Amino acid sequence: MSENNGMTIIASKGTLDWAFPPFIVGSTAAAMGKEVTIFFTFYGLGLLLKDLSSLRVSPQGNPAMPMKMPFGPQWLQKIDFGPKIPNIMWNIPGMEFFATSMMKKTMKKNNIATIEELREVCLEMGVKLIACEMTIGMFGYSRDDFIDGIEYAGAATYLDIAQGSNHDLFI
Amino acid sequence: MTQHVLDATGLNCPMPILKAKQALAKMQAQDTLEVTCTDKGSTKDFIAFCNQTGNTLLSHEAKDNQFIFNIEKSA
Repeated sequence: MSENNGMTIIASKGTLDWAFPPFIVGSTAAAMGKEVTIFFTFYGLGLLLKDLSSLRVSPQGNPAMPMKMPFGPQWLQKIDFGPKIPNIMWNIPGMEFFATSMMKKTMKKNNIATIEELREVCLEMGVKLIACEMTIGMFGYSRDDFIDGIEYAGAATYLDIAQGSNHDLFI
Repeated sequence: MTQHVLDATGLNCPMPILKAKQALAKMQAQDTLEVTCTDKGSTKDFIAFCNQTGNTLLSHEAKDNQFIFNIEKSA
């Protein structure tokens, strides 16, 4: 890796909302000529699974999340239900599924690229995706669970690559 | 010198940039690429993209909610 042309990212979160920043910033940086490495650890590891259908988002403990209807009349779509609904309501079974499905509909309506698409572009552009070996063992995953084209390593490998990077993000 | 066209309308950040990069990768130096997008942030993004990659942004314009960029691929 050439001096100071690298970008390294630690992706540590595995919810649907937090899945976007590593792939968006990583793919864009690669498009702009940087050598990008994303190290997936703890819950971030879930973003490398073949099956991403378990990605969820929850308003639970997340009061900043806008809750707007992705369909219906314009006046209704403008209402932010987030601050209007007591957070304890999101404890009710099924609410997480509901919030996830609303978020996916909103993204589809706004023509936002899916995580699968962004991940594919990252690989096409030569972004190095590294799965944290330690977390794989801890969470009981096997290599068959993950997509092809990724690498497996630990913290020392990450730090070695980060040495030649002038953008280092923890997400 | 060939002129290429990329329709990135309807796509949101960062897809227009990524599609442009993929199109540029298949082109020869001095070829030009005309990108049309509807992403409102694309003007600043394409200026930054060309600035970083060394490709030349020959022109950019906004009309009828569309943003059109002309990029010349660097050597």
